[in-house]
Parts: sequence; C-alpha cells; structure tokens
Amino acid sequence: MDRFLYLTFDGLSRGAVYAAFALALVLIWRAARIVNFAQGAMAVATAYAGYSVTNATGSYWLGFIVAIVGGLVLGALVERVVMRFVDHSSPLNGVVVALGLVLIIQGVLGMIYGNEFRPAPAPFSRDAFQFGGVALLSRYDLFVFAAVGAVVVLLTLLFTRTPTGLRMRAAAFAPDVSRLLGVPVSGMLTLGWALAAAVGSLAGMLVVPTELGLHPNAMDLLFISAFTAAVLGGLDSPVGAVVGGLVVGLLLTYVSGYLGATVAPMAVLILLVVVLLGRPDGLFSRAKARTA
Amino acid sequence: MSALLEVHELTVGYGAAPVLHDVSLTVDAGQIVAVLGANGAGKTTLLRTLSGQLKSEAGRITLDDQDLRGVKVERMVRHGIAHVPEGRGVVTELTVDENLRLGGLWRKQKPKLDGIYDLFPALAQRRSHLGHQLSGGERQMLAIGRALVAEPRLLLLDEPSLGLAPKITAQIMALLRDLRDRTGLAVLLVEQNVRSALSVADQGLVLSLGRVVTRNDAAALAGDADLRHVYLGF
Ligand SMILES: Nc1ncnc2c1ncn2[C@@H]1O[C@H](COP(=O)(O)OP(=O)(O)O)[C@@H](O)[C@H]1O
Ligand SMILES: [Mg+2]
Repeated sequence: MDRFLYLTFDGLSRGAVYAAFALALVLIWRAARIVNFAQGAMAVATAYAGYSVTNATGSYWLGFIVAIVGGLVLGALVERVVMRFVDHSSPLNGVVVALGLVLIIQGVLGMIYGNEFRPAPAPFSRDAFQFGGVALLSRYDLFVFAAVGAVVVLLTLLFTRTPTGLRMRAAAFAPDVSRLLGVPVSGMLTLGWALAAAVGSLAGMLVVPTELGLHPNAMDLLFISAFTAAVLGGLDSPVGAVVGGLVVGLLLTYVSGYLGATVAPMAVLILLVVVLLGRPDGLFSRAKARTA
Repeated sequence: MSALLEVHELTVGYGAAPVLHDVSLTVDAGQIVAVLGANGAGKTTLLRTLSGQLKSEAGRITLDDQDLRGVKVERMVRHGIAHVPEGRGVVTELTVDENLRLGGLWRKQKPKLDGIYDLFPALAQRRSHLGHQLSGGERQMLAIGRALVAEPRLLLLDEPSLGLAPKITAQIMALLRDLRDRTGLAVLLVEQNVRSALSVADQGLVLSLGRVVTRNDAAALAGDADLRHVYLGF
C-alpha cells in the first residue's frame, strides 16, 4: 500500500509534466490543425539555452526565464518562417516538415553541445518529505504541480476571459469570418504557436532534472507520452489533455514500479495504439462538435 | 453631395476570364441599394471585392472619397464596412454573446451589446447558447447584430433571406428599413428574393453575367414587367 501511494504521487507529478506538454500540442492543434512533432526538439533547444545561461550566471531562475522566453520566440519563428509556407491541403505535409525540423534541431544541438548527457540540476530538493513513514512528495514535486497548475489557470483565463483569447478562438474556428470582423488572423496563429512552444519549454524544463540530464534526444519519451495523453484527451480538448497527461503519468509510473522501468515506454506505445484503434477521437471528444 | 460608396468600372476575376465587367454603382448614406440577379451573376464576387477579400483587376472603389483598394480585409471594419457573408458566417463553436463581442473587438472600448439585444430580443434569451444551436433565422439575426456592433457606415448583406421563412425575411427587411431611417445606415443588399429586396430598397440594380444591365429606383424596377420577365424571373 505504501508503495502504491508512493507510486501514485510520483505518477501524478510526472503526469503534470505530460499534461503541460500535451496542452502545448493541443494549443497548436486547435490553432493550426497540425500535430507539432517538433515540439520535443524545440523544448530541448530552449532547455539547452536555459541551462547555458544558468551555467554562465549561476542563477537557475534566469535560465528558466530564458528557456520560457526562448520558447515564445522559437514558436513564433517556426510558425512565421516555416509552417506558414507549408501547403496544408494534406495533413502529412506539416508532419513531414515538423520531422525535418526535429532532425535539424537535434543535429545542431549535437554539434554545439555534443551528444552526451549533461547534468541539469533541479531548483528545489528532490528528496521527498515523509508522511506517516511514506516518502510521498518532494519540494520539486510541489514546484511542478504549482507551475503546471499556474499554466492551466492562466491559459483558461486567457481563452475564456480576455479579448485576445476570444480572437484566438475565433481565428482558429472561422478565419475568413474573423478577418471580416477585424481580427488579425495570422497574428493570432503566430501567438498560438508562441504560447504553445513556451508551455512546451516549461514542460521540458520541468522534466529534465527528473531524467538523466540534457541530451538532444532528451524529450523523445516525453513527446511520446504527451502525444498519447493528447490523443487520449481528444487532441481538441485542453481538459482532455490535462486528464490524459495524469492518466499516462500514472500508468507509466505503475508499470515501471511494478514491472520494471524498461517496460514503461512499451506500455505507453501500447496505450497509444489501443487509443488510436479504439477511440481515435479521444475519450473526451464531443460528438462531431467540429465540422471544419 | 458625393455618395458614401462609389464603385467605378470595377473588373474582377478569379484568375481566368473576369467575372465582373465594368461594374459601377453608388450608395448614399441612409440608402438601401438592392443588387439583384440570378445565381452566378457575380453578386457575391462584388461584395467580396468591396470588403477586400478579392482584388480587382481594374476600377475604383471609394468610401467617403477614400480609396479602398489595397486595404486589407481585417482593416475594412475600421473604414466602416461590415460584411455579412453568404451563409451568415456565425462562428458555430462560440456562444451568441461571444459572436456579438467579436464584432466590436477591433475597437479599444468594450463593445456595447445592450442595444443589439434590444433589437433582437430572441438573441437576448440565448446569450450563452452556441452558434450551432440556433435556428437559421436566429443565425441571420446574430450575423446582422454582430455586424452592427461594429457600428458600420455601410452594411454589405449577402442573401440574408436564403433559407428563411417569409415571416422572418419580412422581419429582417423591416429591421433594415428601420436602421436606415433611424441611424442613416447605408446597405448594399444582395438578394435573389427580388420582391422582398425591392420592398425596402431605395434603388436597385440588376447584374447579369457580371454586368450591370439596369439601375433604377426600386419602385420602377418592381413595376418593370419586361425586366422582371427577362432577368428576374417573376
Ligand atoms: N472561388 C471562385 N473561383 C472561381 N470562380 C468563381 C469562384 N467563386 C465564384 N466563381 C464564379 O464567379 C461567378 C459569379 O459567382 P458569384 O459571385 O458567387 O455569383 P452570385 O453570388 O451572383 O451567385 C460564377 O460563374 C462562379 O462560378
Ligand atoms: Mg452569391
């Protein structure tokens, strides 16, 4: 039972990170109908930038801010310079271009930083507090929950309470009509990419200290897990992404806890295939809410 | 006094041969001008060009003597042009209230929706309904209401009566007449429902194969038996 509790909290903490990363995928999907397969590589790139600043200045938080702002900038750049010019008549085009970006980003990072794991310290202790003799939560876990919670709340407020959020939703649902109403549709698309990439960078910064460290491929498993979470949640649904993230986090942790860490990636892939075959619209999709 | 909207010898196409040829028309402030013509005559093309969605190959478009060619679609609303497209363009995933607010977001000030809800009591009862939950008539009212939130000088309406019951169509026409009389709104009203359109319009013009074949007072057009027979089919 103690072990189960321990694994549950560990799974929720992992799941929160997957949830954030899945949210980023959902943001771009809603804005542009593209699954951003480059999001893991983009997040790694900004994490490298962040940790370079941290190493140079000794301040974790300065590096953290650089990574998030770097995400905003990189997201906007990828949309303006690359994705804007992709012919979206076939969904495959965007996927191929995104995979090309992955190769480029990982190649460049390998050239600059080398292909070995670099240590990436956490800003808070990862030693768990004891609750009734069971080690459940560390300060770092609390930081993860707070950061992901803040992102969820801020995004919800943005989309439901602000004029810009309304513009972004309208631009995604009905670009032509939105233009007639004075909405700068292409600017909203850029903003969507920028926000999504920043959320992806945050998730990347949160996951790195819990893994082996920084590496050009450091977020491959994060991407697959978050993609599974997003698909589980229906790709279109922010709530679905969060719930999906927590479910995948728990599953991964239980599997590696009870069956061994090497089985965990396989479990995620199996879940992904099962969801794609059984419920391709996700567990949370509203029935045919969207036709365009 | 010069007209509010002046269109001079406008030629527009979709790449190949032009669809509109040398189209000229004027709309004064406080005037409803009906654009009539069969399917494929080029009515929608005309409105899409006026709101900047299509580029003209030749000709002039001015609003209050200001050149509108080259103005981007998303800036047209700042010039006082509101376009309710064919099929109404309600954002079906947004609520009634959100759709209306969207119409006024281009301004710095918070949009004032009370007046619109007074105009359309049916919408006031459905503020938090999603667009796709509305009937055709409610959608048309929402689309017109949303255009009015922008407080335009010129309203471009593309076949508002399409698919609506005669009673609802009559309501919409009465509303246009009222807006014109009360606020001096100018309307360019594209319709295939000739009778309804001419019942509120001051002037009318008939498009056929992309050319203006007749322009006249609405009353004269309604009484012109030859014209009715040849171009309007009633
Ligand atoms: N997107 C388009 N591409 C090419 N031709 C078009 C396009 N839209 C309309 N047309 C053509 O332009 C002509 C006028 O169409 P339209 O303006 O929609 O007429 P109306 O609104 O009077 O029914 C038609 O012959 C139509 O086939
Ligand atoms: Mg038409």
